[in-house]
Amino acid sequence: MSDKLVFRFDVQGDDFTSAGQASVQVKKNLRQLGFDTDTIKRVSIAMYEGEINMVIHAGGGIAEVSVCEEYIEIVLEDKGPGIADIDKAMQAGYSTAPDSIRSLGFGAGMGLPNMKKNSDSMEITSEVGVGTRIVMRVNI
Amino acid sequence: MTVETFAKEFDFKVLSLPSPEKEVTGAYVGDLLSWVMGRANSGDVWITIMSNVNIAAVATLADTACILLAEGVVLDDEVLSVAKNKGINVLSSEKSAYSIAKMISDTV
Repeated sequence: MSDKLVFRFDVQGDDFTSAGQASVQVKKNLRQLGFDTDTIKRVSIAMYEGEINMVIHAGGGIAEVSVCEEYIEIVLEDKGPGIADIDKAMQAGYSTAPDSIRSLGFGAGMGLPNMKKNSDSMEITSEVGVGTRIVMRVNI
Repeated sequence: MTVETFAKEFDFKVLSLPSPEKEVTGAYVGDLLSWVMGRANSGDVWITIMSNVNIAAVATLADTACILLAEGVVLDDEVLSVAKNKGINVLSSEKSAYSIAKMISDTV
């Protein structure tokens, strides 16, 4: 199927009042398209965690959600500081978020593990000083 | 039972009730948003002391029945209006999260 449906969002950095808007919008769109609640929840949670990560660590970025025939793909791309040690970042409870972020209820070190848990595949490519690109797929 | 009935039954203060018919099917206590996102189930009463605007997005995405603010935590007007616009029910209580959980445990 060539004509896949794509939703694209600019995620603003350091803007915690609007953080999550893209994910909430995706949830709405998927609901309108008639997806089951479990799929919608997995996609929107995986995306929300990624969105928040870009807000906290990367000064924002781009989020793109594509609805394909067999899966929904979420691509998150930023020009932030990059992730030096991806294995460490994937560990539950590991976080580099500052205290100001923790006081908002973020920075529990569960973002990336939650993204992995809620997707069927997840690939992270990151270069320190250049940025990070994450591709997640949730099978339909 | 519905959130509206739940609030009445336990005499919780209603701060926002745009979706009174939502069914309460369980409860989750937590303040770290990623934990809530990862662990709370649809239909849960989410008991928390967190009151910043991000709780609105988390409640929407986790599809909780309502947010229940413990310890008399108050919401500022901005968060309240976001909650109302997004259809999120918010209740509050002066009691601690533990006391609330204990109180509702036979019902939820």
